[in-house]
Amino acid sequence: MPEPRVLVRGGTVVDQTGSRRADVLVAGSAVVEVGEAIPVPARATVLDAGGCLVAPGLVDLHTHLREPGGEVAETVETGTRAGVLGGYCALVAMPNTEPPIDCPSVARDVLELGRKALCEVAVAAAITLGREGRQLAPMGELAALGIHLFTDDGAGVQDPSVMRQALEYASDLGVVLAQHCQDDALASGGQMHEGAWSSRLGIPGQPALAEESMLARDLALVRLTGSPMHFLHLSSAGSVDLVRRAKAEGLPVTAEVTPHHLSLTDAEVASYDPVFKVNPPLRSAADLEALRAGLEDGTLDAVATDHAPHTPERKELPFEEAPSGMLGLETALPVTSAALRREGCDVPYQLLFAALSWQPARIARLDRASGGRQGGPVAPGAPANLVVYDPAATWTVDPSRLASRSRNTPFAGRQLAGRVRHTLVEGEPVVVDGAAQR
Amino acid sequence: MAERERKLARPQGRVFAPRAQVMDADGVSRALRRIAHEVIERNHGLDQVVVVGLQTGGVPLATRLVRVLGEIEGTTVPLGTLDVAFYRDDIGLRPVLPEEVTDIPVDLTGATVVLVDDVVFTGRTVRAALDALADHGRARAIQLAVMVDRGHRELPIRPDYVGKNLPTRRDELVDVTLDGVTIGELVDERAAR
Amino acid sequence: MTAPARHLLSVSDLGREGIGEIMALADSFKEVSGRTIPKVPALRGKTVATLFFEASTRTRLSFEAAARRLSADVMSFAPSASSLEKGESLRDTVETIDAMGVDAMVVRHRSSGVPQRVTAWTSASVVNAGDGQHEHPTQALLDCYTIREALCDRHGGDPPSDFAGLRIGIVGDVAHSRVARSGVLAFSALGAEVVLVAPRTLLPPSLDSWPVKATADFDSVLPALDVVYLLRIQAERAGRVLLPGLDEYHARFGLTAERARHLQREALVMHPGPMIRGVEIAPEVADLPSSLVTRQVRNGVFVRSAVLFHLLGSGLGTERIRDGGGDA
Repeated sequence: MPEPRVLVRGGTVVDQTGSRRADVLVAGSAVVEVGEAIPVPARATVLDAGGCLVAPGLVDLHTHLREPGGEVAETVETGTRAGVLGGYCALVAMPNTEPPIDCPSVARDVLELGRKALCEVAVAAAITLGREGRQLAPMGELAALGIHLFTDDGAGVQDPSVMRQALEYASDLGVVLAQHCQDDALASGGQMHEGAWSSRLGIPGQPALAEESMLARDLALVRLTGSPMHFLHLSSAGSVDLVRRAKAEGLPVTAEVTPHHLSLTDAEVASYDPVFKVNPPLRSAADLEALRAGLEDGTLDAVATDHAPHTPERKELPFEEAPSGMLGLETALPVTSAALRREGCDVPYQLLFAALSWQPARIARLDRASGGRQGGPVAPGAPANLVVYDPAATWTVDPSRLASRSRNTPFAGRQLAGRVRHTLVEGEPVVVDGAAQR
Repeated sequence: MAERERKLARPQGRVFAPRAQVMDADGVSRALRRIAHEVIERNHGLDQVVVVGLQTGGVPLATRLVRVLGEIEGTTVPLGTLDVAFYRDDIGLRPVLPEEVTDIPVDLTGATVVLVDDVVFTGRTVRAALDALADHGRARAIQLAVMVDRGHRELPIRPDYVGKNLPTRRDELVDVTLDGVTIGELVDERAAR
Repeated sequence: MTAPARHLLSVSDLGREGIGEIMALADSFKEVSGRTIPKVPALRGKTVATLFFEASTRTRLSFEAAARRLSADVMSFAPSASSLEKGESLRDTVETIDAMGVDAMVVRHRSSGVPQRVTAWTSASVVNAGDGQHEHPTQALLDCYTIREALCDRHGGDPPSDFAGLRIGIVGDVAHSRVARSGVLAFSALGAEVVLVAPRTLLPPSLDSWPVKATADFDSVLPALDVVYLLRIQAERAGRVLLPGLDEYHARFGLTAERARHLQREALVMHPGPMIRGVEIAPEVADLPSSLVTRQVRNGVFVRSAVLFHLLGSGLGTERIRDGGGDA
């Protein structure tokens, strides 16, 4: 039977080699031709990409899919649907599930769920058993299942000697440890960023130091052990400075930032709406500017959503009692684009997609150089994992119409510029004209 | 600025534009003297009489009335002031704030209260005043004295003592002070200039 | 005149003019309380519901008395005792009460911001009766009223229209005190000079744009203060070791007998109550403010009546018509 063909017509292809007007012809799960005015083959689906950017599909280093245990808020299916609507072709599922992904059996369950999902699901496993920060999880067995990233995310590994052992053990396996930098003692139960706003609003705050002190500690451990590390959701100017200096020194570290930290500050908490409660917290305008600058100059390698669904009942609790976390998959592209490309500061789209697609693909070892299927370039023979993005389409975020099971988006009611028009996963158009096909 | 001098703000941008004076200061004086005689006659003297002026228009008139009664009979009857903001029937429909503190220096039980106001119009302020007075004791009788009755009653309220009967249109305003009585209307501040 | 706000969530909702209006209204309610029948029908037919998610008998009773003075009907909910434990959410509770038809909700909760969130779930006016560490507006208002009354008693004549030239010191655990936050806003709105006296660990992390000075040296500012406002040391709220101990607190920040000797003769000493003798104040000095504390409680009912009338009775957004020549 002949392979299904899809022609993505009229767009501008953007990938790590540059940007050019081109049509893209897909047959089966691969790109077969990229060029101007490709003739429409018989029985091909034509996807109109006029005015759009055609890029390698996005890769999220940091998604909470909540399965197993948290299905009331999200499942692998609903989460991947949200993902493809946001232009994602691969998600890395975080291990803070119930039970946590700290052993091969749970990892296999999630990988199996991922195989039936709408896009590729890679799994990150815990560094320590139960994410309790005391005993190492069986990283070797987990690595054998293809798991490359390990993190206790949701929490940081508090004990520096445990972190040191974990780094040394991991170095034999060639896997990468990722840290949620938060010193619990310094954070001391703070619910938002400690600063002028927390003082005014009467909400206990946690200082940026709670993140920076663990970051500084771990950079020193990287220096000591030579093991690579990836730093999750950095949120402060001080953190960006620390990573900049570490990279200048040549340490093997990478770092990510979330779309919400690039666009929102602690001033949002004045409404006491728990939709703005997140960990690490939204910080000051100065921190936000430093994060944007860090992404533009390459100090920060990737944008990762930290998509964290919570049911409406839990997000309607009083601010201090509500859980932390925001949705992010469906809004990441336009929000990040607006953060980077503002008045008088037009960062090229190539940098935008680098941060959202091929750089995270590389960090997660999902890129082609690592034997994976993500991250482009868009060229004949490449897997057809593509996003078609219309930067001019405006839409208003309606939480009740998101594909996620939950509603906790901080952008509710806001108008965004830019929307994913089509997404192809392994050649299959899973999103057409902004609608999920299954 | 002391609290008691604080006056109600004029409605946004609207001022009283006088049209015609219907009574001058002497006229007001004569009317008050006549009312004083009527009060004494009606009550066979001033025994147990208490004069209460309604805030704010009735207070200067009540004060003057007490003085005139004193000149005629040689006795000074107690004088009280009453603000009815908390007793109005239009609370929540229009802004009301008490303009002055109510000060009734005696228990009204068994007293004959002469309630004094500048103008009686729909009668609703008087109704509110009756409710308010009831919370200060059970008066033996309450009589109403007004300088001007301008018609348009909406309740069965009738003054006992009237300075002048003055037919008016609903949209007109009547301004009463010890210096005289004037009819006019509210106009846009800019139009008045 | 400012249009009355629908809610009282923070002292800043009132502004200086609004505070002045509440003071004048409270005078009226003080007068009402002296009558044969100390009640007015102003809020007859309106319902005021108290929702005290954090227990406080004194404040709740004060609001209920204030509402009854205005002839309003009162419903009281102590959700800690009821359905919240069965899993009914805060929002469900508020929407249920709203459906019963209430005109005002007086809300106290241990988490900051709850009264503000409640406004989204009801069409009633919401009064903040204390939210976490954030604000306690009616406490600050009754404190202002008490100071105003004391100044008026001292000098005679009309009550002062503001606190210009007055030096007020707020002493103690400012960081965790909603009474302090509301107090700073109210006192400074009225023109007072406010100084916070506390160890750094009990001050908010940032005093950016707060209209105050701060010091840890009580003795240096004490002789110049016209009002000394002592806060409770809230061990239950602080929850961690911010102080070496209560003895050291008393030595550095307590109103000891020695310090009381350096107070201006006419200085007012106040406390939101209940006082801990031996910590915030020496037992031998404690009688000084206790008469003001009683006044604070009594004034609380007048001020809360004023607030309820301001929100529910004084008319929203309608045009004012001068009373003379109008509607008698």
